[in-house]
Amino acid sequence: MELCEQSAFVLHQMLVSKEISCREILLSLLNRIHSRDLNAYITLFEEEALKEAERVDQQIKRGEDLSPWTGIPLAVKDNICIQGKPTTCGSKILTSFQPPYDASVISKLKEKDCLFIGKTNMDEFAMGSSNENSHYHPVRNPWDPTRVPGGSSGGSVAAVASGQAIWALGSDTGGSIRQPASFCGVVGLKPTYGRVSRYGLVAFASSLDQIGPIARTVQDCALLLEAIAGYDSLDSTSLDRPVPLYSTNLKREMQGMKMGIPREFFGEGLDSKVEERIRFAIHQLEEAGVEPLEISLPHTEYAIATYYLIATAEASSNLARYDGVRYGYRTKSFRDLYEMQSKTRQEGFGDEVKRRIMLGTYALSAGYYEAYYGRAQKARTLIRRDFDQAFEKVDFILTPTAPTQAFKIGEKIEDPLQMYLSDIYTVSPSLAGVPALSLPLDIPKDGLPIGLQFIGKTLEEEKLLQIAFACEEMKILDNSISS
Amino acid sequence: MDFEVMIGVEVHAQLLTKTKIFCGCSTNFGRNPNTQVCPICLGMPGVLPVLNQEAVELAIRAALALHCKILRRERFARKGYFYPDLPKGYQISQYEEPFAAEGILSFERNGNCKTIRIKRMNLEEDAGKLIHEEDRGSLVDFNRCGVPLLEIATEPDLTSPKDTHTFLAELRQILQYLEVSSGDMEKGHLRCEPNISLKKPGQSEWGTRTELKNLNSLKGVEKGLLFEIRRQKRLLESGQPIRQETLLWDEKREIALPMRVKEEAGDYRYFPEPDLVPLVIDEEWIERVKRSLPELPDDRKKRFVETYKIREQDAQTLTLTRRLADYFEEVVKIHSDFTLAANWIITEVLGILHEKNLSIGDLSVTPARLAGLFHLIQDETISKKMAKEIFVKMVESGKQADEIVRVQGGQIRDEAEVERIIEEVLKGNSEEKVRYQSGEVKLMGYFIGQVMKRTDGKANPRMVNEILRKMLEGNPQKSGVQKK
Amino acid sequence: MEIITEEEVRHVARLARLALSEEEVKKFQRQLEKILEYVAKLRELNLEGVEPTTHVIPVVNRLREDRGKESLSKEEALSNAPNTEKGHFRVPKVIE
Ligand SMILES: [Mg+2]
Ligand SMILES: [Zn+2]
Repeated sequence: MELCEQSAFVLHQMLVSKEISCREILLSLLNRIHSRDLNAYITLFEEEALKEAERVDQQIKRGEDLSPWTGIPLAVKDNICIQGKPTTCGSKILTSFQPPYDASVISKLKEKDCLFIGKTNMDEFAMGSSNENSHYHPVRNPWDPTRVPGGSSGGSVAAVASGQAIWALGSDTGGSIRQPASFCGVVGLKPTYGRVSRYGLVAFASSLDQIGPIARTVQDCALLLEAIAGYDSLDSTSLDRPVPLYSTNLKREMQGMKMGIPREFFGEGLDSKVEERIRFAIHQLEEAGVEPLEISLPHTEYAIATYYLIATAEASSNLARYDGVRYGYRTKSFRDLYEMQSKTRQEGFGDEVKRRIMLGTYALSAGYYEAYYGRAQKARTLIRRDFDQAFEKVDFILTPTAPTQAFKIGEKIEDPLQMYLSDIYTVSPSLAGVPALSLPLDIPKDGLPIGLQFIGKTLEEEKLLQIAFACEEMKILDNSISS
Repeated sequence: MDFEVMIGVEVHAQLLTKTKIFCGCSTNFGRNPNTQVCPICLGMPGVLPVLNQEAVELAIRAALALHCKILRRERFARKGYFYPDLPKGYQISQYEEPFAAEGILSFERNGNCKTIRIKRMNLEEDAGKLIHEEDRGSLVDFNRCGVPLLEIATEPDLTSPKDTHTFLAELRQILQYLEVSSGDMEKGHLRCEPNISLKKPGQSEWGTRTELKNLNSLKGVEKGLLFEIRRQKRLLESGQPIRQETLLWDEKREIALPMRVKEEAGDYRYFPEPDLVPLVIDEEWIERVKRSLPELPDDRKKRFVETYKIREQDAQTLTLTRRLADYFEEVVKIHSDFTLAANWIITEVLGILHEKNLSIGDLSVTPARLAGLFHLIQDETISKKMAKEIFVKMVESGKQADEIVRVQGGQIRDEAEVERIIEEVLKGNSEEKVRYQSGEVKLMGYFIGQVMKRTDGKANPRMVNEILRKMLEGNPQKSGVQKK
Repeated sequence: MEIITEEEVRHVARLARLALSEEEVKKFQRQLEKILEYVAKLRELNLEGVEPTTHVIPVVNRLREDRGKESLSKEEALSNAPNTEKGHFRVPKVIE
């Protein structure tokens, strides 16, 4: 196995035992990046990363203690700010923008000597489920380059799945970590809303956005979450709760646990091949002593409508700041201020972003607020209650992550509504604010991964990781890599 | 024809916090442009607001002073509009859940007492500053952006420009007293936007309401309102419609011109601010602020009249600002001649502040030093007349009264010296001396004047009086008694 | 009847400060119409007495002390700006 295909956990052991150097890990990754163009990165920090690797190797030589994160190369989604590094959000409007600050997750990882290798491609402003909405062109699915990697964290996920990164940070608003994780066969976790600071994450929909870890193993996923979770005084919506040692508390007795199987997630629209796999996984868990319980999340059919109204309304406001005044792109010719701003936004935003700004603006505008945004916020309450009630009966909920496997590039781009519907299983937990993890199942014969989604109670990331870890041990999933 | 006038005002007061409402940038003024900004107040991508506790405390103070009901649980909202001085494309304000509501402010003008209802009070952030350059566009400075504002809106209970003036002066004084806001209108720390509508007497329907902006002083408010009332009257009298619009006051030309607005203006697309969690203000918090609340100007004025037995007019002046009132009370804590202190502060202290364009805080003469000067008057080391000159010297030199007196000499109280001077005076005025001794006693004043002239006013008047009598009549005590 | 007309699309675009070509107006009208038709689903729900969710976390009163933090230097503040002059951000004139 090449170094770039190893887990962070193993690489750390190898670094500690001086079997390998940090430089070797990095070169292995860079080699993979340059030999296989998936368009996963927007910006690579090649030189700086090499210098950083050199520094880590010196540290090792001096016999200094290494943290489990030290020198393990990490890819960062391009909507998370790193001081002095371009942060494009996959948009033309943020061309050449270099934030003079670090996102709080980046500060935490810098303290732990993590090594940043580059910024990954994404759907513009995290709006999309296929990564086709990037100003920097689509990312390709490593398992089949004619297919999408999912989105919006497509670059991060594709990089991890193909050995172009050991692990990565993504962001998830309605499924942007989990759906691509499912399409590319990696582990992706959307934490509880408030578990990870949003400071420095370029906002798409503030009441839903969360940064989360993407990795090839559950343990790596746990380790990365451990590094970024926790209270942050710069984010008023971050939760002030202790962070468990996720990566060391992974063992759990599965016997006697109750898993909820929501009937609404297994109906129309679910691809039969996906369903078959998921059913098999349920069966395997049953054999391991987990008790399945059919449950109902009755408002599931309203989740997509609710989600798209809330997310676009917030987005229309969050994206008002891109006006060509203080940073980013400014149109070349204009007669006055109004034209400068409106043309800057016309030229700077892609189609999907414009569509969502339009929808969100409409939903908030005079006379329509109650009918659209107001209703959606109330529907959100009903969706949350569904989960509260379900968790009175079960320890976790199990569903497919996405209704299909990765689709072809270009297949859904002309039909926004169809594209929105591919988030059907991921938006409900986002609306409820609860954590959810996508775990890759055995790759079927067609070679396209399928993801299993575990949904947990608020702040029960630990439990989700333990269940996923148990599944990993049981070989329900396959950690194979697409090289 | 006489019209009835209905005026309501919306006031924006800058809160006296050290830092901005949602970030740690300083709120000091007059720095170089764009040097008091950070990623948060510049609205850079990914940054988040965190509410300044002090802004909330100051708002609670104001709400208590204006007898408002404070909302126990409230949220912030985004008010969306595009303008280059608004970095995020929205202003964080409050909408459906304001900070406080239903207050009152009473004031007295020409002996009439009036009560104005406060409709609501919001916490919000200020925008940046645009410097318009003719034809070339504008320059934007974001130093002011994010400074906390308290927006106070009244019901339309004001009935004249004068009323409005008094109301604003009163409101400003309260805000200054509570150290909630500097209240400086010229600097834009207090901004007032009145709305006006008229009605013919006897009619039940009020006319269309207009709004006035850009009023930068109390005078400006009054002038602007007078202008707008005249304009509306003319329109109504000639049967022309009044458009619902906002007019901008042009201070130089003393006219108000309508602002041109876009059709979509006013659709602010408010929605709850997802980046800030609800603010819960419980009874305990309110009680704590209440206990720290200083006495309000009106209460203080009444107390001054009662406690210090000074005239109401003087008490009114002394309580104009909290610092002045504090100054007075510091002085009388040390020196107990209240009337002397009141008179002196109103005439001499305010006089010199006015002359030198200073505020009481800039004055080098501390209350203790002023009391020291009063002691010298009381023990007759100096006369009141001398005291005035010494006071000026104190302000200018920063020295204490007794230091100055030591150098330039206080009153001449040496009996021998006074006698010597009087002898000289009598010698030079032998004719008047004869006239006095033959019964023209009112010449006493003349002799005193002569002595004072010769001594530069430094001779102790009581001593001069006694010695003069003794030297003119031989037995001053006796003659004194006889006179009575 | 249309849920959203082309004129409304233009109005919303003005609100959102988005210049749109005529083609874009037509395309967005079509697409938004379809999405709005879909989200109209929410009308089926009985939402009487249901509180809206604005935050999914039970956190209140996140406050900071009134203590200063270092600001950016002027150079940093202006470093990303498309047009600056004399330490200011420069914007074109407003023609209302
Ligand atoms: Mg306001
Ligand atoms: Zn700031």
